[in-house]
Amino acid sequence: MTAIRRPAALRPGPVLGAAPDVTESADAYRAAGGYAGATGPDDLLAHLAASGLRGRGGAGFPAAVKLRAVRDAGPAAVVVANGEEGEPGSVKDRWLLRARPHLVLDGLAQAAAITGAARGYVYLSDPVAADRVRRALAEHPPALPVEVVAAPHTYVAGEETAVVRRIDGGPALPAAKPPRPFERGVGGAPTLVANVETLARIALTAARPGQRTRIARSTLVTLAAAGPGAAPPALLEVPYGVTLSDLAAEIGVPGPGGALMGGLFGGLVGAPALGLALDPDALAAAGTALGCGAVRFLPAGACPVAVAADAVAHLAAESARQCGVCVSGTAAVGGALAALTAGTARPGVLDDLERWSGGLRGRGACGLLDAAAGLAGSLLRAFPGPVRSHLAAPCPACAGRSAAQCAERLTVAVPEVTEPAGLPADDGRPRPPPYAAPHPRPGPSCTPRHPSPRTAPAEPSDPLSSALLHPHHQRGTP
Amino acid sequence: MKLLLDSTRCQGYGLCQEHAPELVELDEWGYAQVIDLAVPAGAEDTARACADSCPNSALRVER
Ligand code: SF4
Ligand code: SF4
Repeated sequence: MTAIRRPAALRPGPVLGAAPDVTESADAYRAAGGYAGATGPDDLLAHLAASGLRGRGGAGFPAAVKLRAVRDAGPAAVVVANGEEGEPGSVKDRWLLRARPHLVLDGLAQAAAITGAARGYVYLSDPVAADRVRRALAEHPPALPVEVVAAPHTYVAGEETAVVRRIDGGPALPAAKPPRPFERGVGGAPTLVANVETLARIALTAARPGQRTRIARSTLVTLAAAGPGAAPPALLEVPYGVTLSDLAAEIGVPGPGGALMGGLFGGLVGAPALGLALDPDALAAAGTALGCGAVRFLPAGACPVAVAADAVAHLAAESARQCGVCVSGTAAVGGALAALTAGTARPGVLDDLERWSGGLRGRGACGLLDAAAGLAGSLLRAFPGPVRSHLAAPCPACAGRSAAQCAERLTVAVPEVTEPAGLPADDGRPRPPPYAAPHPRPGPSCTPRHPSPRTAPAEPSDPLSSALLHPHHQRGTP
Repeated sequence: MKLLLDSTRCQGYGLCQEHAPELVELDEWGYAQVIDLAVPAGAEDTARACADSCPNSALRVER
């Protein structure tokens, strides 16, 4: 069970709010100063630029720069609240949509005002969140048409080009860039794809510009610990600058040996890095990343090789299998790490991992392959001793580890959020049918869920590709 | 000029590298890797021929 925690030593965070375990009603949101629209779009953009608010989806791009790029890219822009949280160790986006849908919708309306957008979307996979958002839309109809679009819950479905493809009726799979959505997105229009927490912070800034710095410099984090019997996970809102060790203590992990950072995106860090401040710039300077704010601590005795092996096995299983290099690369890295955990690795495996950690970066159409490469490289850098000892003898901590359960070990449960008393259980409005995934849902094991790129139907724009597969050029086909 | 690779389209045919070994290399699985996104001065025609050589239109040049 994931707890929602408010550290006693810290001021309550602006996003977590006063009652984080109950869905906020429109009345409650308005009573707290929401939907007031006191700040005009130009002023709001200036406040966001001054506060330096960063996007909370993972890349940490400055929100004001992205808003301005969409505004300047042309008329009839589209805004998307992206609540599809593919990182298995993160729960904050789904919690936010379940608990504070009005805060997100207010932020979406503010973003629309800044960019001149005429329509908006809320993009998500969590059925509970979808229900709360639809109710919120009925409770307080927005100024612009807003549609809820359901996506499959996969690692890549929340990637911004996957979001655009899905809203346009295609599969929720990444596309090659350029163009980026801000240039050409939904229906060809300039499109802002903004993480829901980013939008929440935009709405808070509009309501309380005097607190813009505090709003921009605090963040939701999902904390967990690796290993059986480890401390239960927790969702918190903390100011930038708290140290990673403080956060570990907050969930009851004393003296951790390291951490898996930024979901699967920031790679592994060792014990010396735990004195680092939780701050996007400080973490980037240290070669890791805040990403979506999910941190999995390694308690004393937890094996970093096993954690890396789980993470890459999950990425390999979640590869959208569109890029040959991603299929081959994630399988190679995952295979090498699995061999290390099993005590069956060849001596050359460390050279292979080193080479892949550099050579696979930037090679896929999306960041999934980069995450796998980063995990390999960060494991070698942060834990050279434990890695080498896995070559010499099987690791006791890895013994009995079932590779089939990597996803379960990485997944954090979304905190439960109850509905406020007094709302009808069902208002009788018709609901769209639940999203039917085009691919079979994954079982508990880490087997690929997407069809191989070689057997997938050719893109409509590419009638020739299958006709052009001539055999002598098929080396590398998995 | 830039030489851009769409990794979702690269099938590892390797024809691009035969046309322009100075612009593209193949990795250990046979997939193409553009050596330098910015095409060196004087190599523009090679880059265009390289892009045209890909049977799956995975490569394109952009000004
Ligand atoms: S890099 Fe991997 S996950 Fe990303 S689009 Fe390519 S195949 Fe899919
Ligand atoms: S010719 Fe095209 S498909 Fe073949 S390796 Fe080059 S880019 Fe890839």
